[in-house]
Formats: sequence, C-alpha cells, structure tokens
Amino acid sequence: MNIPFTRHTLGNGLDVLLHEDHACPIVAVNIWYHVGSKNEQPGRTGFAHLFEHLMFEGSQHHDHGFFQPLQGAGATLNGSTNADRTNYWEVVPSGALELALWMESDRMGYLLPALTEAKFTNQRDVVLNERRQNYENRPYGLAPMALLAALFPADHPYHWTTIGDIADLQAAKLDEVRAFFRRYYHPANASIALAGDVDPDQALALVDRYFGGIEPGERVDPIHVDASLSNDVRVHFEDRVELPRLYLAWLTPAMFAEGDADLDLATDLLANGKTSRLYRRLVFDERLATDVSASQNSREMMGYAQITATAAPGHTLAEIERVIFEEIARLAADGPTDAEIERGRVQAETQFMFRLQTVGGFGGKSDQLNAYNVFLKDPAYFPKDLERYQSCTKASLQAIVNRYLDPSHRVTLSIVPHGRASLAASGSVAAAVS
Amino acid sequence: MSHPERSAGHALTVDRDRLPVPGPTRVFPFPAIEKSVLPNGLRVWTVNHTQVPLVAFTLLVRRGAASDPAGMDGLAAVTADMLDEGSGERSAIEMHEALARLGAQFDTDIGSDATVTSVTVLSRFTRHALELLSDVVVRPAIRDADFSRVRQLRLHRLTQLRDMPGAVADRAFLKLIYGAHPYGHSPIGSEASLAAMHVDDARAFHARAIRPEVSTLIAVGDCDHGEMVRMASDAFADWTGAGDGERPDEGSLPQAARLNIVPRPRAPQSELRIGQVSAPRDTPDYHPLVVANTILGGQFVSRINLNLREDKGLTYGARTAFEFRRRSGPFVLQVSVQTSGTARAIDESLGEIAGIRGSRPVTPAELELGIAALTRGYARSFETGEQIGRAALQLALYDLPDDYFEQFVPRIEAVTADDVSRVMARHLDPARLVTLVVGDLDVIGRDLSGLGLGDPVVLPPDAF
Repeated sequence: MNIPFTRHTLGNGLDVLLHEDHACPIVAVNIWYHVGSKNEQPGRTGFAHLFEHLMFEGSQHHDHGFFQPLQGAGATLNGSTNADRTNYWEVVPSGALELALWMESDRMGYLLPALTEAKFTNQRDVVLNERRQNYENRPYGLAPMALLAALFPADHPYHWTTIGDIADLQAAKLDEVRAFFRRYYHPANASIALAGDVDPDQALALVDRYFGGIEPGERVDPIHVDASLSNDVRVHFEDRVELPRLYLAWLTPAMFAEGDADLDLATDLLANGKTSRLYRRLVFDERLATDVSASQNSREMMGYAQITATAAPGHTLAEIERVIFEEIARLAADGPTDAEIERGRVQAETQFMFRLQTVGGFGGKSDQLNAYNVFLKDPAYFPKDLERYQSCTKASLQAIVNRYLDPSHRVTLSIVPHGRASLAASGSVAAAVS
Repeated sequence: MSHPERSAGHALTVDRDRLPVPGPTRVFPFPAIEKSVLPNGLRVWTVNHTQVPLVAFTLLVRRGAASDPAGMDGLAAVTADMLDEGSGERSAIEMHEALARLGAQFDTDIGSDATVTSVTVLSRFTRHALELLSDVVVRPAIRDADFSRVRQLRLHRLTQLRDMPGAVADRAFLKLIYGAHPYGHSPIGSEASLAAMHVDDARAFHARAIRPEVSTLIAVGDCDHGEMVRMASDAFADWTGAGDGERPDEGSLPQAARLNIVPRPRAPQSELRIGQVSAPRDTPDYHPLVVANTILGGQFVSRINLNLREDKGLTYGARTAFEFRRRSGPFVLQVSVQTSGTARAIDESLGEIAGIRGSRPVTPAELELGIAALTRGYARSFETGEQIGRAALQLALYDLPDDYFEQFVPRIEAVTADDVSRVMARHLDPARLVTLVVGDLDVIGRDLSGLGLGDPVVLPPDAF
C-alpha cells in the first residue's frame, strides 16, 4: 500500500509532486502553503483564514473571481486553513489541467495588484458570518475557543482558533494582508501535488512554465513554542444548550511524533464507536450520557487529546467525569485487550485503504502527498504512516496512556445551560468566551 | 496539450492575457451494472471496480420515513436504528463487535422514500460482511430493552435539536409546506410520537416494510457477478415479507402563510428557508430543472450566492435545491444570514426566484457555464466504489433506465434558456412560496412586516 510519486524542486524552491492514476479522466491539483493560524500574532488572529478567502477573489490577470472559469471547465474546488497550513485544490477534467495551473500560479504570483479594499471588506463580512454560523449560533460552538485558551498560554500560537476573534477580524487592515502575502505566499513556502490522469513529463513542464518564473520569498523558519499544564484547569461557561457537556483535554505529542499513533488508537478504543469502553459504560449500560467521543488532535508543534460527553437528563457531569477516569485508570493499569489491538490494526488498514480511493479534494492522494512533504519532507511516508499504527502494542499503548492522559495535568471544561452554572463540574471557574 | 520547451525562460512562455482553453474531455462511460433477481424478489446488482481492494455494499429498501403510519412519525427511523442492535443469539454489543472486527465502515441512512444500509470492507472480508449485512437487515432481534435505550437516545437527540437553528428550520419548514402529507415530518419524528411507540410497532414495521421485493443489493468492487449472486442467495434466502408499508397521501397540501418566524432571541444570525412543494423525480422537466437550479443556487457562482455572499457579504453561503423524491419533493432555498440583513436577504432571494422565472431570464453565458459545470466534470462522480454504489442506487430508487448516466450529459446539453424559464415558471409559484425565519423576532420583526408578505406568523418553538 503506497502512493507512488516523483518529486522535483523548481529553481525558486517550489516542490512538485506527481502521481499517476488513470482510472478516471480527472486530475487533482493541490497546493499547500506552510502557513496557518499559528503564524499569527495575538491581537491579529483569524488572519490566515481571512486571507484564504481573498485568494478566491481574483488576481492580476484574471480579476473576476476564481470559481467561474474552473466551474465552467467542470472543476470542483475549495481551500481550507488550520493552525499549521493552508491548502487549495481543484479536481479538473484532464484537459483542463493547464487552466487550473494558470489560475493557481496567477494567484501565487500576482494576487496583490488585484486586491482592493472593497474585496477585503466583503470577505471580512463573509468570514464574520462564517463565524456566526459555525460557532456563535451553534450549540457548544464556542467550545474550541475555551479549550484552546485553557490548554495553551496567551502568547502560544495555538492559544486561538483559526476562525479568530471578532475584534481582531474587525481590526484587520489591508496593508497587513499585503505583508502577509509577501511573507508566506511564495514558491519557497509551498508544495504542489498533481495526482490523476497526467503524463508526468508534460505535467512537470507545465508546472515549471506557470510557476517557475514566480520569485521566491524569504524562507519561513519553523516555529516551536512549548506548553505544559501544571494542574487540572477547570473552567465552564453558559451557552444556549439543553444538556450540559463535559470536555476533557490533555497536551500530547505532535503529529507523527512518538506516541501520536498510540493516542489515536487509545482515544478510539476509549470512546469511538459503539464497541468503545466509554460508549459501553456511559451510553449503553449506565446511560449517564447521550453521546461520547474522543480524538487525538495532532498538530505540528504539539497535539492535544480530547474526550467529550453530554450528560443524559437527570445525570451530572460529575458522574461522567468519574466514569471516564475509572476507564482511563483501568486502561493505564491493564492495557488494551488482544481483541482491541487486533481491531485497531484492521481498522487502520481499512482506513488507509480508503485514503487511496480519491486523487483529489481534502484527504485525497494529492493532499496526502503534500501533507507528508510539508510536515516531514518525506512524501513517501504513506506506508510508514500505516506502520506507525500496525506497530503499536499493548505495552506501548499502555505506557502512552499512563504518561499523557494524566488526571492531574488536564483541562476540564463544562458547557452548561444559561443560568445553570451549578451544573458545571465541581471547582470550575467561569471562562470568558465569545 | 502542448510540449513547452523546458529550457526556455519559463515566465516568458506564459500567456497571461487569456485563459487556456480546456482540451476535449475523454469519454468516460458509467461502469456497467450486472443485474439478477433472487426468487424472493431481491434484486442483486454488481459493478466491477478494482482500483482498490475494497467492496462497497449498499442495500436499498424502498420504504422510508414517508411510510411512517399516521401518529407514529419516527417509526421507520427508529426501526432502522434497531437493525444493528443484535440478531438471533447475538446481542447488540456482539453485533457491533462483529462489524468492528472487520474494520467495516457501516452506516444506516433513512430518507423519505428509502432506508439504506451500507457496509464497506477490505475485499478479503466480502463474504463475512455480506452475512452480517443480511443478519442486520433481515434478522434484527429488536429486543425490548434495546428498543427502550435507542428510543431514549432519540428523545435526547430531539431535545438537543431544539437548540440547533438549522434543524428547527428544517422541521418547521416541512410541516408548513406539507402538513399531514407523508413528507411533512422529518424522519426522527417528535417527542409525542416516539413516546407513544412500542417495541411491537418496530417489529411490525420491520415485517411490513423491510421486504426483499422492494429492495436492491448493490455491490461495487472486485466482485464476480455470478459469485456475488450465489453469496447473496445464501445470505438472503430466508428473507420474506408480507404487506405493503406505503402510506397514501392525505388530502390536499396546506397553504401556509407566506412569512413565518420561529423566535430565537439574541440569535446572531437568522436561519432562512424559502420554498414550496414542487416536482417529483420522474418529472419530464428533470434535466431543465437541474440546469435552472445550478444557475439559481446550485453552485458557488450561482445568482443567489453571488448576490448574498459575494456582493453583500450577508452570509457564508446560500444555496437552493429541488429535492427530488418519488412523490413531489420540496424546492428550498436555505441560508443563514446576519440578523441585521434578514429582511434584505429575503427580499433579494424572492427577487432572484422571480427573476429566473422570466423577468431576468438566464443569459447565454450563464446557461453555458451551468451546463458545463454539470457535464464536464461528470466523471469525478464515479471515482470510488461508494460513489458508484450511490449512483446505482438512484437508478433502483427512481426506476431510471440503464442508460440513464449515458444520457445525462446529452440531455443536460440540450437544455435551452427558454426551457429554464418555462420549467421555473411551471414549478415555482411566487404566490405559494413560503418563507420561514428562525431568528431574533424583537430585532427583525419590523423589517419583516415591511416586506409586503404580511405580518410574520409567529410559531412556537415546540410546535414541531
């Protein structure tokens, strides 16, 4: 199981990854810029994502909006921003590859001449509405703001969410957008992957033709800031919800680091799916909760693991918290069962096989090649990534649970109905979120 | 595609005065479906698709939430939820573990017209997955204790949905435009109907509705048709059923007020639904309606999205859809807009709908773009086994012909601007369009009354 590819680096530093798959007459074009909300400054949060929106509003030689010519060619396209990176992709019929490269290279090389105050103001309004829709007007929608703020200190680059603070978005200036583009959006801070129905030689020549002449910018040095939790940080806030919900979170190893895969498997066997230990106890047997889930949120500098459960009517977050720590303690003491390890292996194999089905879009083969290249400088990492999961053992998983899911170094967040602060887990202080 | 000189000064060879014109698209035939019917009436369809060693099973039962008996909204959905809660001697937990041991991606999905169970596994688990699928669909235990637990979880879910403006809007809107019609409720049902249900109702519904002669098993992957039919014959041999499960339409559709609001105090956005009952899937106007909707609100560069998002910045995104079903489905425009822009967004939306019906007919450029967007990227809808399975499911659910996918592109390409105006005028009636707002009545009430749609009818949040 792997994603065969060739890699080339243009003279301006742009990495080019090429993968052939002729099953469908389509080509995926995928570009990563190694910049995300972690590159923002306090007081200027939300910038990387707002900038991503502006990349769809036209560039010097096509100042009419990015979607129209591509949709007219039968493409589907999108982009996204997270803490660590920003990606853009198109999936086009094979014959429209050159069009997609023209469009992507024009916005990499020539965005600023087409950028206006009117576009900037319009997209800031759109982003404020995205924030209202996906966070403010959604039950429990402000949880990420409260969790990240409690996990990471105020000057840590993971302290804020990618969508940003309302006041920061409103204070953003067009000049700052220009400076951001020059600093981060250039060939030496980008990686392009083409996957699908392509001739690699022709494709490379086209990429070189369209991107080769774009000037590289100044190299972006990696940033690393440590964080640690010295105790159990207990916070709560009131929201427009019917049922109280408990969030537990711990600081954990970075993406691909030692322990990252074990924590993926540990959170799965604890709380993902109906066979998981916490689902069985909290939802199935004791019926204290209506739902429970968990994840290891892997990031470039460090990760955080999270367990979330909603109290069933008539039950308290205290009951849920107690059961969760009983189950963590049991896993830490006895490790997983052979059946759980075997199940984890089969599920990893299946999940990795699923990832080989699509050439483009979020999570497609082109996106994965770029992820491995940008984060590890190793686009051949796919089989090694699977091996990380296949090589987890009872002992390694048990050790990692002991080390990281520590009851005395964590964040405990309660979200409770308005006016019902007493339903929060005990000893928590009110958090300010917006 | 030309072969540029690698050694030439690359920047100089780029013509940025005009966009490259895409080359022709290679013809991509929809993969062939091989079909058989088992003696009990179950149709078995297979598509050979060998890109990756996975097999995607989709089991379509043509009975869904529209088959809920009167007063028992939610019965089809809760029955579907009971399918993987144990079978024979196997407890619910044992069934979940059996699926997990295969690494299976298992899902049950319920719509108005269908219950769809799907399972995707590594090819080496094909036989095992098929046996489990038959246990799930044909022989669910439907035990009393499991039923109580599943129903309780659904009641909790309903409680939580009350806080989700999109869910409130969807449920209220269906009720407004359909009333007592089988499409007038969302699949999950209501607190009252769920509370009134008994485990025997679920058992009876399973016997009556989940039957082989209204079902199609679709397998996509590395599978030989004959071998798959033999395996399906073994797994589904004892599946029988009696009864119908269809529920007739009940009288005429209601005419709701033109403007309605479910108050949501202090909401930063208003959740809007604008629409009406329109056309069924088998309408002869299907292809023109698809083109028309693409231009009106079916893509990023649609009229509605460009207006409300890219021009006015009132929303993160707006879209429209004809939700085609076996009976006449809804046309709905849906959007979340900032509270201060609510009345303006409604006014603009109604204006766009009126416009495409004839006062602002689609331009040649819009038509060309809409048709191209629907046809040129057609192949990418058939990349994965699950996508191909879902496509085949459309044929089985709506009785579409085998050459449906081959015909799609030419039929879309044949749509004219006149067709668009004609079908939109026929299937959308401004006098019947119903607008629903879930938003802050205190802030927007006056603006709403000024829209010329009458004072908004205030609906209590617990009315649905």
